[in-house]
Parts: sequence; structure tokens; C-alpha cells
Amino acid sequence: MSQNLAIAADEREYPVENPVIPYLRQERIPHIWCPGCGIGTTVNCFARALTESKRDLDQVAIVSGIGCTGRVAGYLNLDSFHTTHGRAIPFATGLKLSNPKLKVVVYSGDGDLFAIGGNHFVHAARRNMDLTVICVNNFTYGMTGGQLAPTTPIGASQTTMPYGNFENPFNLPFLADACGAVYVARWTVFHVKQLTRAMHEAISKPGFTFVEVLAPCPTLYSRRNKLGDGVDQVKYYKERSVVKHGAATKEVALGFQGDIVVGKFVDRERETWLDGMNAHFEKVLGPRYRRYGE
Amino acid sequence: MKADPSGVLTGMHFLDGDHAACEGALAAGCRFVAGYPITPSTEVVERFASRIPMVGGVFIQMEDEIASSIAVLGGAWGGKKVMTVTSGPGLSLMMEHIGLAAITETPVVIVDVQRGGPSTGLPTLPAQADMMQVKWGSHGDYEIIALSPASPQECFDLMIRAFNLAETWRVPVFFMMDEVIGHMTERVDIPPADRIDVVERRWTTKKPGEYRPYAAGPDGVPDMVKAGDGHRIHITGLTHDERGYPAMNPAAQDKLVRRLTDKIRKNREALADIREDGVEDADVVVVSFGITSRVAAAAVDSARAAGLKVGHMRLVVVWPFPEHRIAQMAPRVKAFVVPELNLGQIALEVERAAAGRARTVRIGHAGGTVHEPEQILAGIREAAG
Amino acid sequence: MSDGTVQRGRGTVFVRKEICKGCSYCIDFCPTKCLGFSKDFNAKGYHYPDLARPADCSGCDMCGLYCPDFAIYGMRYRDLEKATAGAGTAADGAAKQA
Repeated sequence: MSQNLAIAADEREYPVENPVIPYLRQERIPHIWCPGCGIGTTVNCFARALTESKRDLDQVAIVSGIGCTGRVAGYLNLDSFHTTHGRAIPFATGLKLSNPKLKVVVYSGDGDLFAIGGNHFVHAARRNMDLTVICVNNFTYGMTGGQLAPTTPIGASQTTMPYGNFENPFNLPFLADACGAVYVARWTVFHVKQLTRAMHEAISKPGFTFVEVLAPCPTLYSRRNKLGDGVDQVKYYKERSVVKHGAATKEVALGFQGDIVVGKFVDRERETWLDGMNAHFEKVLGPRYRRYGE
Repeated sequence: MKADPSGVLTGMHFLDGDHAACEGALAAGCRFVAGYPITPSTEVVERFASRIPMVGGVFIQMEDEIASSIAVLGGAWGGKKVMTVTSGPGLSLMMEHIGLAAITETPVVIVDVQRGGPSTGLPTLPAQADMMQVKWGSHGDYEIIALSPASPQECFDLMIRAFNLAETWRVPVFFMMDEVIGHMTERVDIPPADRIDVVERRWTTKKPGEYRPYAAGPDGVPDMVKAGDGHRIHITGLTHDERGYPAMNPAAQDKLVRRLTDKIRKNREALADIREDGVEDADVVVVSFGITSRVAAAAVDSARAAGLKVGHMRLVVVWPFPEHRIAQMAPRVKAFVVPELNLGQIALEVERAAAGRARTVRIGHAGGTVHEPEQILAGIREAAG
Repeated sequence: MSDGTVQRGRGTVFVRKEICKGCSYCIDFCPTKCLGFSKDFNAKGYHYPDLARPADCSGCDMCGLYCPDFAIYGMRYRDLEKATAGAGTAADGAAKQA
């Protein structure tokens, strides 16, 4: 016992397991993400958010699109769906409407959710579909080798913007807010405690909830832009983040290595799509209507 | 099992094909439809939207056909029988999810009310020019099933079969209507629910931990679960092993893709549904499907009245193509005549199956209306030579 | 409980060195700065973390929250002793929930 309770260097019996392990498909670890990639950190926070939520994990489903963050679904020990590029949200919409007991979480990257999948995001938010969307924003297309993303800051170099980006990126919280999301927060992988809390709040709140997480892509964003390694990006997050809960989302746009406004920006109440359907049909169709999803 | 009576509108009706197809879907147990308006298919989802609140289920109009075609796959994994409905331009947008449905073996019915193309083409006028697209439109090797109804009554009857086939084989099943069938109004008899056989999903009997999502049975088809059943499934569009985990190597690819294709190809004969009329002693056999088969029947009658020995094969199941039957007949007929509302799609399959042992005469038509019987009759005369 | 080889802090860490990719998140963001790189490499050639200053470890598990590779986690001795006595811990709870 005393051996085990001293420093656990390695290859000893672990007296207790890493609390994240039960949430993972252990036979698929180690994962494919690069050294210093922040996606794994967000998975830790998500696992702890699930613990805090005390949900029955058999009733939690995770849906990803394509890309580095798109691989999250494959590592989580939940009902998990790795769909097509950009289409995680409409798949999740069908899954939720077909089986309303499920808590459905979309976990994907910025390119997947906001370039090819942008239209689905705006409509799911407009409808207040009961989904949580977690966007790991690394400002780039990692899986394909560092191309311009709809979030790449002006001035940053990417393989398809080799002289520096000149097109305006999305301000994701502003977009989510404008489309009607009921919960909008932004954190970075430096803010692990706050991120865990935000994920817990997002999965606990009915309706379309959105959490943006800034995470380093050392291989294809940081190094190309001479910003050092993953840990150097996280240090930048630490140094330049400004917590402003309730900030006006139009004020939280990101610039290249500029200040990062983080916090919970939106937390409001709206009827979900399914609740709206049930209430409306009961009103207009009366007893002929067969209430759905209960 | 028998149909759930809540979805069955038993009785004699006067319906167009689009509405009859919707009733077929409801009778088959379809309880989730995601769609996007597109002429000439829209009436299918309009009727579903008005009927489903009283039946118990959901309709959602998505933001586009890409979204519709994957929302229904989500709906299938949530446990419902699902359908989406479109026409050519929408079908073009759905291609990536036909591939996803094929590789994830998700049961789904896709209705294509065909109109003239390419592109926006002839929105309000008929064609049968998507026949190759549904077979080959998504990338990679896969198999699908396609049915071709020739009347509103068949839109009802065959739709039930479409769902049953999707559940049995876990492939996308295409319901290949056209603008004329969709908008043609005829008598449709809907039987009582206890006279409608429906195939339930192949739910696994295995417990969580024992179940492997892609371990197929002897028929090449795995049993299914739904999200929320405690199996903690992983479903991916990547090439996967029996656990559903990505397995990106040539051996796993070979095993998966061969199974996806073999489960249909090896059952080609069992899946075939050919309505034959006078083919046994025919010199010429007309091969047709859908609306064109009704014009072809008139042409065949005229040819027979003129003393020609003509048979007629109507393909109710177009995919998998019944090449075995064409191959059987090819050595003893002079020619096959293939009228279709395109410039030669299914005719290519007939040619391939006949393999030079009989001529194939194409009676192509670019669409916009149906053939004149005389066009087909002229082809028969030419073939009879 | 100490085995006498190190001065004990309030907690400790466990490292699965073979899945560590040496990103140094745990080392840089440890609130008590008790971690350092090992001198050794793992099989993939990465230096993994060591508990360099065990007396400073509080077992807070920030390293576990930061680690993108699920390769390190920390625990307070108080909780560890309860866990190993079968009394149940957060980790046990997660295992049950999962």
C-alpha cells in the first residue's frame, strides 16, 4: 500500500483510476491528437461536466462532424455518432426529435460547424432545438493540414492564405446570440474549471446552448504563425483573457493574438422546438393531437 | 407483424401519387420525416405534416436537402422508421448521406419524384432520368434498392414494401416516382391495418457488452439498436470493424465493402419483382418501369394486334437490376426495347445483361411529357425487323 | 502511510508515462509548480512529467484536468485512502455513473 501511495511513477498498480477513464473508450486510447493539441483537455472538462450533471449516461448521445474535433465522438464511451463534414447538427436534430429522452451533444470544430455546417448551426439556433453545441475553435483546419477557417484571425497565415488572412472571421458568440441560442459562453483550455462549469450549465439547460472553447493547434496554427507550441498558446490565453460575464456579444470578436473576452454572455429562456410543437398543436388541434415525446 | 392502425387510413380514396405515397409511409410505420419543399414532390411532405400530429410522430422542414437527408439518419438511430422526400436538384444535394446511410447501414426511404433535368430543368414536368444517379451518385462502392411505382395505388402498396426492404436489408431504399405518377389522381384502396404486413427493425437480442454493431448474421445484415438502449454504440462514416470502430486498412475495407455490396448483389433474384406479360414466346420484349410502362402496354397491345410477338417486362424493382432474367431471355429473343424518360440509362443495364446475345433498342425521351405509344410501337417494329 | 523515500505533500499524482506526449500543460499550469520533466523518455520519445517536488503536491488534479492525453491525474491522500479502503470517491462515482 505505501508503495502505491507514494509517487506513482509508472507501471505500478494504480490504486485508483483516472476519473476521466470511465468516460472513454479505453481500447481506443492513445488518441490521434498531436502533442500540445487542446482537444483532449476539453474532453476532460466535458467528462467532469457529465459527472457533475449526474445524468444517466445511457441517455446522453454525442454527435461529431469531420475533423480533429470530429474524432471526439469516437473516444467517448457514450452512444456516439461520427457523421459527415458539417452535418452533425442536422443529424443531432433528427436523433433528438426521434428520441426526445436523449440529451444530445454536438461536439465539433470551427470549420465543421461554421463553414460547411454554418447554415445548420444558424437554423438549429433559430429553432431553439434542444441541443448543446460545443465548438473547439483552433482557428484552422487541422485534419487537412492548416487551411483557412471561418475563424482564422485577420493577419494569421494559413496554407490557403499564405500571405496572411485578409478576410473577416466570424465572431461565434455574436452569431449564436443573434440566431437565438439560449446559452452562449466562451472559454479557453486554460480555463478548465470555468469551462467545466460552462459545459455543465450548457448540458443542463433546455434549448440550443453553445460553448466556444479556444484550443491550440500547435502543429498547423501556432508553429506556422511562429507562436510556439501548444503550451505557449495556452499561456497566451492565460495572459490575454479578460473575463466579462454578460458582455455584449458584438464586442467579443477575436483579433490575431489580441485580447480574448471570455465568460458567460447569454443565458435566457425560450421555448424549445419540441415544447413549442406540443404546446401549439395542443392549442390548435385539441384532443385530436397525440402529444409527442413523453 | 401488422401495421399500427393509428397510421392506416383504411378505405377507398381518390388520391394522387404523392398523397398515396405519404399514406403508404404512415401505414408502414414511418413516424419521422424531415424534408424540404421541391416540386413535384412537395405534396408528400405537406400531407405528412398535416397527418402526423394525429398519428403520433414528427415532421420537420429542414433548411435544405443536405440537412433533411441526414436528419432522417439521426431519426433512424433514435429508433423511428424514417423517410425523406425530394426531386432531382434535392437528390443531388443528398448524395453524401446516401453514402453515409450505406456505410452505416441505416434504414431509410428516400422518395424521388423525378422531373426533367439536368439542374433546375423542368420542375413541373416528368422524367425518369435519376435512375443512374440513385444507383451510383454517392462515391465509393455500395448497393441500394429502388422501386418504381406505376400508379397511385402502387405508391401506397409499394411504399410499404420500401420500408420493409429498408428494415430488412438496412440500405437506403429509393422510391422512384415521377411527376406524372406523383400528380395523377386515381382510386386507391387502403386495406385494414391487420391486412398490412410490416417488418419491424432488426432489434438485437444481445445485451450491452455482447452486442457488436457491425457483426452481421448469415444474410450479411447486422442487427440494430437505437441510441439510449445502453449499448454505447459508435457509428462512423469511416471504414469500421465489427465494433463500429474506425479500421482504416485494406483488409477492413475489403471486408466491409464486400459485405455492403454482397448483401444486395447476392440476393438479386430474391429481391426482383418483374411483372411479365407474354414474354415466353416473344420475339421482342419491351422492358419498362414506372409511368412509361403504362404507355408501353398500349404500344405492346397495338403491336400484338398487328401480329407481332411482343412481350412486356415491367420492372417494379429496378435496383438491384434483374440481370439474371434478361440473361435468361437474351438467347431466345431478337431484341429488347427499352422506352424510358431519359436518353438511355436502364437500357445500358439491359445491354450489359444481354451481352450481345440480343439487340437492345433504346427509345429515349428527354422528358417533359411521356412517350407517345407510336414512338414505342415504332421501336418494336424496328426490333422485330 | 509514507514509504519514507519522499517527503509527502497533501496529495500525489499518477502518470501513465506511455501515453504522455510531453506537452507540458501539467507542468506549466500546476498551481503549486510541483511537477517537472522526467529525465527518461517513454517509448515514443517524450519526456513525461515527474513529481519533482512531492512536498508541494496538493493532489488538486488540475494536472488531470489539463492533460490532453489522459496521462496524469492527481489525488489528495485523504481521498486516496478512502478510495483504497473501498469507501467510495468521486472516481468511483464516475465509474458507477458511466
